[in-house]
Amino acid sequence: MVTLAGVTKQYNGHPALVDISLTVADGEFLSLLGPSGCGKTTLLRLIGGFERCTKGSVLIDGRDTDGVPPERRAVNTVFQNYALFPHMTVFDNVAFGLRMANRPRDEIAAAVNGALDLVQLHGMAARRPAELSGGQQQRVAIARAIVNKPRVLLLDEPLSALDHRLRKQMQKELKQLQRTLGITFILVTHDQDEAFAMSDRVVVMQQGRIEQIGSPREIYEEPVNLYVARFVGDINVLAGVIREKIGPNLYTALVEGVTVQLRSDRPLSLAQPVHILLRPEDFRLAVEDAATPARELPGTIRHAGLKGTVRRIFYHGATYDVEVSLENGTRIQVTEFFDEDSDTLSCTPGDRVTLGWHEGWEVVLPHEE
Amino acid sequence: MSRWLHRGYAGCVYAFLYLPLVVVAVFSFNSSKYSLAWKGFTLDWYVRLWQNSGLMTTAFNSLLIAAASATLATLLGTVAAFVLHRYRFPGRRTLFGTLFVMMMSPDIVIALSLLLLFLALSLPLGFSTLLLAHTVLCVPFVATTVFSRFVGFPDDLVDAARDLGAGEYQVFRHIVLPLASPAVAGGWLLSFTLSLDDVIISFFTTGPDFEVLPLRIYSMVRLGIKPDVNALCVVMMAVTVTALVLSKHLLKEKK
Repeated sequence: MVTLAGVTKQYNGHPALVDISLTVADGEFLSLLGPSGCGKTTLLRLIGGFERCTKGSVLIDGRDTDGVPPERRAVNTVFQNYALFPHMTVFDNVAFGLRMANRPRDEIAAAVNGALDLVQLHGMAARRPAELSGGQQQRVAIARAIVNKPRVLLLDEPLSALDHRLRKQMQKELKQLQRTLGITFILVTHDQDEAFAMSDRVVVMQQGRIEQIGSPREIYEEPVNLYVARFVGDINVLAGVIREKIGPNLYTALVEGVTVQLRSDRPLSLAQPVHILLRPEDFRLAVEDAATPARELPGTIRHAGLKGTVRRIFYHGATYDVEVSLENGTRIQVTEFFDEDSDTLSCTPGDRVTLGWHEGWEVVLPHEE
Repeated sequence: MSRWLHRGYAGCVYAFLYLPLVVVAVFSFNSSKYSLAWKGFTLDWYVRLWQNSGLMTTAFNSLLIAAASATLATLLGTVAAFVLHRYRFPGRRTLFGTLFVMMMSPDIVIALSLLLLFLALSLPLGFSTLLLAHTVLCVPFVATTVFSRFVGFPDDLVDAARDLGAGEYQVFRHIVLPLASPAVAGGWLLSFTLSLDDVIISFFTTGPDFEVLPLRIYSMVRLGIKPDVNALCVVMMAVTVTALVLSKHLLKEKK
C-alpha cells in the first residue's frame, strides 16, 4: 500500500530522516512511535505530500509520488490540532473534500451525514468548530478525512490534546473505525500505550532512524536494543557475563553475582558481557522471615536466586511496585499483583527477599556502551 | 485638584486637535456669507452645494477614483500579502521592504516620480493616470494590513485544505480569503479614505479634464473661503470618518 524506499530527509543539511525503508500493508494499523524530534511527523508529512524526500522515494499503491502535491494523493490527514476551518460549519468542514472533487450535491449530503453518524456527531452539522468540545472537534477532523474514502489515513498525534479518559475512549473508537472502514491507518504518537492498544505493528524511531518494527507484543517482549526496551515501558537492566553453553539457545551466566540459566536466540560466546532485560512484572519475590529462612519460589521461577532488601513500596490499586536493592547495590523494580488470598501486602520495607523470574522471559542483549 | 488638571490638559489636547474641524462645521451652518460673526442657523449652503452641478461632478469623480483605486489596490495588495506570506523566493525581503519605503516616502516624492514616469511614457494625464497613482499610493497599506492578518493564521489550515484536494487557487478562494476578509475590507476602506483626501499626488498626476474634490476646494479657497466650501468639507469629513470607523471595526480582533 505505502512503501518507503531508502527515504532520507534533510533540513538545511541537518538530517531529519536517515535511510528509512518500510512497507505498510493494505488495511494495516501502523504506529510510528518515538520521542518528539525523532522524525515521525516528518515521515507522515512525506507520505502526505507536504514535504519532499531528499533521497529515496515514497510509493503509494506502487506508484512513485515524488512531486505529486497533497491534493492529488489518495491519502488524508488528521492534523494534530485538528485544523478545522473556523469559518465553516461542521457540515461544510466535512463536505470540503467532496466539494473540491466536484461531487453532486445529494451525494455530498448523504456522505457527510453518513460520516457524521459514524463518528457520533449526528445533529452537530450546523455548529461551528468553536462551539464544540475538544473531543467533538477531534471527531469532526476524523469525519472530514474519512468522508473522502482515502486509501490511507494519516493521523498526527490525534489524541494528544484530549484528557486521559477521552483518549482511552477515542483509542477504542479509532480502532473500531479502522476495522469498519478497512483502510490503512498510519498513526504518529509518542505514547507507547496508545501505539500498543491500537496497532497491528509499531515502528519505534529514534533520531531519524527506525530502531525496531514489530507487533506490540514483539516490541515489548523482545526489544532488539536497550533504547527500544527503555522506551516502551519500565525495564530492569541487569549486567551479566556468559559462562557456559549448556544446550541449544541455553547458557549459564553470572548475573549480579548469582549463576543463572539464560535462554537466547542469538548466538553468544563465552565470557561475553551481556544485558539481561526483565520487565518489573516478570519478577516474583519471596520474603525470608525468621520462621522460613529461605522460602521457596514456585518451580518455574526458582532458577534465579537474587537476594536483596526491600527499599520502598508504591501502591497502585490493582498492583504494587516494590523497589529492591541487591547486595551489590543494583536497584530492581518489581511489580506484583495483590495476592487474592490475603488483603495485606506480602512485604514491607526492610524485608530480606529472594527474587526470581519466569524461566525464559528474560531478553539477553549484547553489552552496549 | 489633579483630576481637574488631567481634565484640563485632555481638554486642551482635544481642542487643539478638533477645534478647527468644529469651526468649519459650525460655519457651514452660519447664514452670514462674508463675516465671521454668527448670523443664525441655515442649511442654505448644503442646498447650494447640492445644486452646484460642477461641484457635484467633481465630488462624483472623487468618489469614483477612490472606489476604483481602493478596489484595484485591495486586489493587488491582498495577492501581494498572500504571496509574501506563503512563498519564499529570492527578493522577498526586498519586496517586503519596499512596501514600507512606499508608505514612508513623502507624497511629493511619489507624486513627482509618478509624473515623470507618466510623461516619459507619454500617457495623457487624466482619469487613468490618477487611478494608477492612487493605486500605487494604497497598495502598501492594503498589503501590510492583510499581511499582519496572515501572520496570526495557522499554517495547518492551508495544509488541511490541500490535503482535502484543494489546489492553490481553491485554498486562496475558500480558506485564505474568507479568513482574511475583515482585513481585506479594512484595507479597502483605508485606501478609500487615503485616495479621497489626497491633494499632492492628485495635483501632479491628474489632468484638467478630470478634477477631484481636494483640488477643487484648494482652488476655491484661493479666491476666499466661501461657506459652501465649509459645507463640502463637513460632508467629506463625514464620509472619511464613516469609512475609518468601519475599517477600525472590521480590523478589530474577533474571538
